[in-house]
Amino acid sequence: MTRTVVIGIGNRLRGDDAAGVAVAELLRPRVPDGVEVVSCDEEPSRLMEAWEGAESVLLVDTVSSGEPPGTLHRFDAGEEAVPARTFRSSTHAIGIADTIELARALGRLPRRVRVYGIEAGGFETGSSLTPAVGSAVALLVQDVLADLEEERCTSAH
Amino acid sequence: MARRTIVTDYLARVEGEGAMTVQLDGDRVEHVELRIFEPPRFFEAFLRGRSFLEAPDITARICGICPVAYQTSAINAMESLCGVDVPEPIRMLRRLLYCGEWIESHALHVYMLHAPDFLGYESAIELARDASQAVERGLALKRTGNDVMTLVGGREIHPINVRVGGFYRVPTRRELLTLVEPLERAREAALETVRWTAGFDFPERAVDCDLVALAQPGEYAIERGRIRSSAGLDLAPAEYDEHFEELHVERSNALQSQLRGGGTYLCGPLARYSLGSAELSPLAREAAAEVGLGDDCRDPFRSIVVRSVELVHACDESLRLIEAYEEPERPAEPVEPVAGTGYGVSEAPRGLLYHRYRLDGDGTILDAKIVPPTSQNQLAIEDDLRDVVARNSRLEDDELRRLCEQTIRNYDPCISCATHFLDLQVERR
Repeated sequence: MTRTVVIGIGNRLRGDDAAGVAVAELLRPRVPDGVEVVSCDEEPSRLMEAWEGAESVLLVDTVSSGEPPGTLHRFDAGEEAVPARTFRSSTHAIGIADTIELARALGRLPRRVRVYGIEAGGFETGSSLTPAVGSAVALLVQDVLADLEEERCTSAH
Repeated sequence: MARRTIVTDYLARVEGEGAMTVQLDGDRVEHVELRIFEPPRFFEAFLRGRSFLEAPDITARICGICPVAYQTSAINAMESLCGVDVPEPIRMLRRLLYCGEWIESHALHVYMLHAPDFLGYESAIELARDASQAVERGLALKRTGNDVMTLVGGREIHPINVRVGGFYRVPTRRELLTLVEPLERAREAALETVRWTAGFDFPERAVDCDLVALAQPGEYAIERGRIRSSAGLDLAPAEYDEHFEELHVERSNALQSQLRGGGTYLCGPLARYSLGSAELSPLAREAAAEVGLGDDCRDPFRSIVVRSVELVHACDESLRLIEAYEEPERPAEPVEPVAGTGYGVSEAPRGLLYHRYRLDGDGTILDAKIVPPTSQNQLAIEDDLRDVVARNSRLEDDELRRLCEQTIRNYDPCISCATHFLDLQVERR
């Protein structure tokens, strides 16, 4: 069976930065069989390990590109690099865009890589998700479920 | 030659956000500055009113790369004030946890942030395309450091198992033995790292400022020690403030340290190595000797080799600590608060980390001071930068910029750690 991994990335204590983790938590009880859901920080070897052996990976992270908060972005990173500037720089010097490229250079990137970004409103320490981002999280959960369903149908043939 | 200004708006491959400006008039260096502009952080202020037992977990949040350093310096301050001396197995576990952090942090810097400079790559990604084996080795090393932190600290970033007096839960001997194999592999990888980095091209350079590092008889000081300097200082942690001071500079959200009365000093791998190389493990000393690193090293470019030697030491030391480990009778010693001022130091991967806390009788923190290594090194970095620019002023702008950025990265600055609050009024709002 095709192994698919969904990875939510973020820091629960930094306001909208928690969006990726929130998506992962909502998805966990609802994903089809054979899909693994992981919450993760950006530690590169942990991310690579989380998707090791997977055919397909879906990453959900917060972005900061200047669009209104709650805007959803979608990148197909299987073939092309994701724009590094869109993804918030990491506290660990190597952010998710860099990790994807590092994995690609090392031949450790799954065949299908989709990256969903939720435009953040604020990264205040200790605050919860802003309303626009909260709504975007709910929408994105539906999108990801639809994607996973489509993938399941495609791979069944 | 006309007047020119070389600016890097966002320094790549450093922790946090900083910028650099260099102004030249012909061959004359007019102005050099390293600006640190991460939003000011208010840790010292929000420690006030909190319990002394919370300081390790609160200050761990200052940095995702060196949380153990913050926890350890905070714990040292509290325990020394409260008159608690933890039993040897607890101290050894702390040292093991700290070695995990050194491995993780040094592997990240050597492979991902620093090596690309020497090999002519813009990033570790480009390096990985041509030297995947080396980059995989770096990732594996970093991972082993994370594994040590996870096992002893309960989590690899911001460990949750650390407390004043000891730990919440101590690992069993059997659990620690699972780290032996990965650490033996890591030690081999670290030895290869020394040989690999020693083969890079180095311009001949030496900094002549004072070097400051901890010293502890019979060991390469990590989690405890007295403060020593190349100029002969030998201080208890409580004497730090009498000899060092912090100044606020307009352009930066970080405070800069200097010796009282003026004087630049450097802490970190070069200082530790130059003052304490005799205390490295025999294997680490052999590795250093094999690549021609002498008993001391004042060359910031060669700091990458020194970090690699420290990687060997940290792996070797971890294995020694695991071998000698005996489970303590209890995971933590009871600690009763004492009114007064406590001082704590330890060797963060980037250098000396000083904490000072004033407590009232029920253990409430009245006042806190934290001096991270990057603020202590900032003046030394700028001095070095000025000299590098003066010696290389004939280079084209792009080449000179690259050399300047490398000069900064030689110090592995952690800009997130270095940012403090701006002034007293602001933090009292």
